[in-house]
Amino acid sequence: METVHHDVLVIGGGGAGLRAAIAVAEADPRLTVGVASKVYPMRSHTVSAEGGAAAVIRPDDSLDEHAYDTISGGDWLCDQDAVEVFVQEAPEEMLRLEHWGCPWGRNPDGRIATRPFGGMKLERTWYAADKTGFHLLHTLYQTSLRFPSISFHDEWFVVDLLVDKGRCHGAVAIELASGKIVALIARSVVLCTGGGGRIYPFTTNANIKTGDGMAFAYRAGVPLKDMEFIQYHPTGLPFTGILITEATRGEGGWLVNKDGYRYLQDYDLGTPEPKPVKRSMELGPRDRLSQAFVGEEEKGRTVTTQWGEVVHLDIRHLGEKLIDERLPFVRELCRKYQKIDPVRELIPVRPVVHYMMGGVHTDIDGATPVAGLFAAGEVACVSINGANRLGSNSLTELLVFGARAGRRAVREAGDAPDRPPDAALTQALDMERQIHGNLLRPAEKGERVATIREEMQTSLEAHAGIYREEEGLTTARDKLQELRDRMAGVTLDDTSLTFNTELLHYLEVRNLLDVAEAVVHSALNREESRGSHQRRDFPERNDDRFLAHSLVRRSVEGEPEVELLPVTITRWEPAERVYGK
Amino acid sequence: MPDTVKLEVFRYRPEGEGEPLYETFEVPYRDEWMVLDALNQIKDHQDGTLSYRWACRMGVCGSCGMTVNGEPVLTCATYLEPFLPGPIRVEPLHGFPVIRDLVGDLEDFVGKLQRVKPWIIREEERSPSEGEYLQTPEEMDAYKRYSMCINCMLCYAACPIYELEPGFIGPAAIALAQRYNLDSRDEGARERHEVLAEHEGVWSCTFVGECSIVCPKDVDPAGAIQRYKVDATLDFFRSLVTPGRSP
Ligand SMILES: Cc1cc2nc3c(=O)[nH]c(=O)nc-3n(C[C@H](O)[C@H](O)[C@H](O)COP(=O)(O)OP(=O)(O)OC[C@H]3O[C@@H](n4cnc5c(N)ncnc54)[C@H](O)[C@@H]3O)c2cc1C
Ligand code: SF4
Repeated sequence: METVHHDVLVIGGGGAGLRAAIAVAEADPRLTVGVASKVYPMRSHTVSAEGGAAAVIRPDDSLDEHAYDTISGGDWLCDQDAVEVFVQEAPEEMLRLEHWGCPWGRNPDGRIATRPFGGMKLERTWYAADKTGFHLLHTLYQTSLRFPSISFHDEWFVVDLLVDKGRCHGAVAIELASGKIVALIARSVVLCTGGGGRIYPFTTNANIKTGDGMAFAYRAGVPLKDMEFIQYHPTGLPFTGILITEATRGEGGWLVNKDGYRYLQDYDLGTPEPKPVKRSMELGPRDRLSQAFVGEEEKGRTVTTQWGEVVHLDIRHLGEKLIDERLPFVRELCRKYQKIDPVRELIPVRPVVHYMMGGVHTDIDGATPVAGLFAAGEVACVSINGANRLGSNSLTELLVFGARAGRRAVREAGDAPDRPPDAALTQALDMERQIHGNLLRPAEKGERVATIREEMQTSLEAHAGIYREEEGLTTARDKLQELRDRMAGVTLDDTSLTFNTELLHYLEVRNLLDVAEAVVHSALNREESRGSHQRRDFPERNDDRFLAHSLVRRSVEGEPEVELLPVTITRWEPAERVYGK
Repeated sequence: MPDTVKLEVFRYRPEGEGEPLYETFEVPYRDEWMVLDALNQIKDHQDGTLSYRWACRMGVCGSCGMTVNGEPVLTCATYLEPFLPGPIRVEPLHGFPVIRDLVGDLEDFVGKLQRVKPWIIREEERSPSEGEYLQTPEEMDAYKRYSMCINCMLCYAACPIYELEPGFIGPAAIALAQRYNLDSRDEGARERHEVLAEHEGVWSCTFVGECSIVCPKDVDPAGAIQRYKVDATLDFFRSLVTPGRSP
């Protein structure tokens, strides 16, 4: 079997992965870095982020304010030491990106401009119109091309990690164009594979967001943290689930129900003002806004359409000029995908699965409990997002913790053995055999992998959505077990080695099932309501029992086990979350 | 509205059947469906072997470019409706070697991208602690349009020169070089000039302009190329190729 050696292997070429790779190249240009990505790096889903990235830059702002907004926004489940590092390193990381060419929006004097964002008390969201993620990703990718020590394995799909006796030695990947299976051997490995919103049917996430890295870690015995916290974004286009960025509300957009009434005032989110008020009404946090939608739906005050219930986002009063200047992508998306013009018409929206607060358990340097294995970006849970991420913290997180994980991986590379143990290579051979020998062998027709995926998604939407309760979660848990069993009977139409995307889908669905299992078991265990995790049967937050992270890991018998890890509190004692005051 | 619509899809698998062929699939018709939705219906419910790329489904990742009824388009942003009653012919982007079915080989482009040095080049780099490089909104406007490229390759597919002269750096890569050349923070135009001024750089282009017509992001690569040619013949770039002088 072919092997390829790197000093550092970065899995994932999104914002976090590219930032990590550059950090390695800058810290020690003698180390070789391999970036393996299942799509060309500029296709990674970071590209779709619209609204902006938060960092303190205005003189009237302070690091403590950013920290407080983040911690209260996360319903006190963030680790405060991590948040402090985050807010402190954020401005420098964002400026570095500016130096690399990112076209951040500017004030007339040439300085960085900021916009308001949900849950943030001050304007601290930097933006590149409403294509922030696109510019951030392309800037990072283009900058990474300048470092000779970084090489790319584009369109290589990583199947699993090679872990032996508590140390990670690399990963096994399929080169899509040839179907060749390769062992990627490395002294340290940084997982940057992004989130897994595709466990749900209706999501802003690309079809490539299948939680692969979370599943790799989970199978390797690394705990996943706070997996029950799934962010619904309150404003997705119905049918497609395309995101209409929070920046629409930051710029002054209103959410109205079928009577044209700004209903958020009925949900403890403040009183309506014509102009946007920070931490109030439409600029409340996402969890609360998505929950308010359900409230309106139950009161029969939503609008019924062919795509289900919606409310309306009204940005008409912002005027064509501002919309074209600050929100051109929103207009483009509405016209193209919803056939409406938001300059003149109301935008139909509904909550949509958007982001996973949870992920691979790491410390503030991205280190996991497995030596030589690091994680950063949406795949990781550091944790700065707690029970509800604030919009525009995630892009900044990619930079801050991508860089930290990269630098930490450099230090680790020195400690690793020169040769991987035979056991790791045996694992690689086993995977090759399983794929070439089993999956790609022509077989009698069984179930389609798409069927398994669809049933999983339907079950999670029904039972692990905005509101949950024990009965539904148990149903979902049993359904997942059933689907896992049925995976054995799935067969592939496609037995070709060349660009076999059906094989990919199979491996992705296997990962999705693992991630979904972690979500459902963690949700069952958390008998309280906090942030984005709302239990109808336990409607209150319970700090006595649950001021703690959920850590789910797979036992030796293959059963998921959930335990709790206390939250790190430094300076901000848990309090009630107050918005609109 | 019809209940179904037929797609004639280009199929090619290097192992096995040899010659490419067109295969017809009938999919349910829905008003809100894009061509990509129809392909996904085939993949998930009819024939799992169909291969194509897609990711974001919101017109920004640049993966899903294909040729639909002869035109290079993003399939996630192209409704079925205008092609009724069909059949609709779906092929890979022209001008690229086909790996399989609707998947083209983009390695050539990725190499070209790197050759134009698409990063900020400065004689002196400041550290972030010294603050941002100032750039006014007007200065940003000078390059903004060229920074919007999603690398979707539609312009290469439409370019008659690229088809005949595969060494041609091509529209998107040249637009990207211009994106940095025109950025007030950059001083690298001289280095990029070496690549752009080669025979296979801007001078291959005979200004057909197809690239700008098909571009889904209004990047106007043809304009970028034209502007570079004009500038290159003026003193502007001569001053850049003289070492020690920056614009
Ligand atoms: C529509 C949308 C808008 C958003 N807007 C904002 C915003 O305005 N502000 C903000 O802060 N956040 C925003 N977010 C969130 C933020 O964009 C993401 O959390 C973030 O970009 C994730 O980056 P990442 O680098 O961790 O992962 P990604 O960008 O998803 O990259 C993952 C990488 O891993 C690779 N990969 C995955 N699996 C494998 C595998 N098995 N083998 C090989 N490679 C693999 C992929 O190819 C890809 O390169 C938004 C999210 C969405 C969906
Ligand atoms: S210039 Fe336009 S058509 Fe060409 S790759 Fe870029 S976005 Fe696509």
